[in-house]
Amino acid sequence: MAVAQQPVSLGDDEYEEQGAWQRLAYIGRLLRRDRGGMIGSVLFVLIVLTAMFAPVIAPHDPLKQNLRAAKQPPAWTEEGTWEYPLGTDNLGRDMFSRIIYGTRVSLTVGFFGVLIACMLGLISGLVAGYRGGTIDNVLMSIINLFLAIPYLVIVVVIASILGRSLFIVILIFGITDSPLFARVTRGEVLRIRQSGYVESARSAGASNFRIQFDHILPNLIGPLITLATFEMSAMIFYEAGLGFLGLSVPPSVPSWGNMLAQGRKYLDIYPWIAIYPGIAIAITALSFNLLGDWLRDVLDPRLRRSR
Amino acid sequence: MQRYLISRVIQSIFLLGGVLVVVFFMIRLTGDPASLMVSRNASEEMREAFREKMGFNRPLYVQFSDYLYGVLQGDFGNSLHFKQPAREIILERLPATFQLATIALLGAVIIAVPIGIIGGSNPGSFVDSLGRALGLLGQTIPNFWLALILILVFAVNLRWFPTFGRDSYLSVVLPAIALGLGSMGQLVRLTRSAVLEIRNDDYIRTAKSKGISQLKIGLRHIARNTSLVLISVIGVIYSYLLGGSIYIEIIFSWPGLGSLLEQAIKSRDFPLVMGITITFSFFVIFINLLTDIAYAFIDPRIRYGG
Repeated sequence: MAVAQQPVSLGDDEYEEQGAWQRLAYIGRLLRRDRGGMIGSVLFVLIVLTAMFAPVIAPHDPLKQNLRAAKQPPAWTEEGTWEYPLGTDNLGRDMFSRIIYGTRVSLTVGFFGVLIACMLGLISGLVAGYRGGTIDNVLMSIINLFLAIPYLVIVVVIASILGRSLFIVILIFGITDSPLFARVTRGEVLRIRQSGYVESARSAGASNFRIQFDHILPNLIGPLITLATFEMSAMIFYEAGLGFLGLSVPPSVPSWGNMLAQGRKYLDIYPWIAIYPGIAIAITALSFNLLGDWLRDVLDPRLRRSR
Repeated sequence: MQRYLISRVIQSIFLLGGVLVVVFFMIRLTGDPASLMVSRNASEEMREAFREKMGFNRPLYVQFSDYLYGVLQGDFGNSLHFKQPAREIILERLPATFQLATIALLGAVIIAVPIGIIGGSNPGSFVDSLGRALGLLGQTIPNFWLALILILVFAVNLRWFPTFGRDSYLSVVLPAIALGLGSMGQLVRLTRSAVLEIRNDDYIRTAKSKGISQLKIGLRHIARNTSLVLISVIGVIYSYLLGGSIYIEIIFSWPGLGSLLEQAIKSRDFPLVMGITITFSFFVIFINLLTDIAYAFIDPRIRYGG
């Protein structure tokens, strides 16, 4: 990270009409120039594969209790065995398998939560920024209102009212996070609306709909994808936090937050139950943040991280 | 300037009114607030009596205007669990939350700002690498997990600090570290990028070409302009720390608003939950207002502008 960054964008002549493979090769070339982006994307692919092939990778059934094997320490300690690489929890369930399955909950919440937030925010931000006037004022007031209530407080309170289920958790995150996306979209729309190419499109007689879809929308993709990456990482944090309070998915589901909540009870005697799910969260957050930093550099050369 | 300040104050009052509406309707999301607050195995008569007692069977607008009237007088209703006014319990817990958030903020600023300024002035140096590492750490380590690890290492194994409570002045150390690390990382990143940006501005080049010493440029131009960026950020971070302390307060049994919120949720004490949410929001809005006022005083573009 300490080395000075090379410029990441290639000349325009290299990015002309290309096939899909050439584009992939181009992205590969960009990645090789940025160590952080490389680490982030490799980790990201590994995490997604872990979630997809969890039943194949996991050595045990994550729900199967085995009280005779309960509270076994990790394999590299004296009493540990390689049958349970990261040890077992208080009910004798394999920690390693549970962490692998936990990837699924975290990624599902992160992905769908961000998808809902991004869609809602994109639509309202686009309308507010492009139309202006009363609609803009009303939408901005609603957004400011949501940002005035501490995020964690409102999420915890709503989750406690609506109850524990994956669907509700995703919906809460999707709706409460959408103001952030709306604000970024609106800011970008206001900037793009003033640009020369929108003006020339309008003077050429393009309809409002066409200007929004052909000229403004493509320019929003960069900033929104970057924001989505960081927000996915934030949502994975918040989901684990809710699980820690016992407000996320039902306790029977292996999720990192639920595991941490259990580990906390046995912190002083069986610390590994709390340690490893946290490391899983940190690695996931690291991957998303490195990827987000890299995407910001590549998609928006104006905002380069290290000038 | 005066007009700007007045419009900001009015805006804040409207925001607070909006928060009241949101909080009031939030607990009615499921349709029946009584079933939310009464235990599940209560009989229908008990529920009906509860509705009668809380006034849930009156028209919604009457309930809302009553609640609004109460809150304007500082009355959040009675806590169902503690059987005393919610306001008293909240006021009792408020200082602890402020103490924790303030110490976490001060710690984060004292460590992060120098690292950010030195690192930003010397990109690629050791301090710069340290700052980048801190920035990344702050973003990737969940504070509730960090809290558990800190307890495990410094309280359980080394016994340097107490594991929970707020009995001695040492008690605040671990919770403040756990709470402040994320904000510290954020501050390092922001300070660094602000300095990097300012360093290349035209007036710095002019000052340099006039032969003004490095130290003077640093103090007069870079530090001043960085502080403009920092003031707006520190307000946001402070309000985040106040509301974000829930996990930390619970883990360390810190007697503040966050752990009170958890208790209130667990005992389905929704009048108290509403009161706590409104209190939190009030301080967030208030801090944002103060930040904007401070900014207006420092930034001449606003001072002489509107």
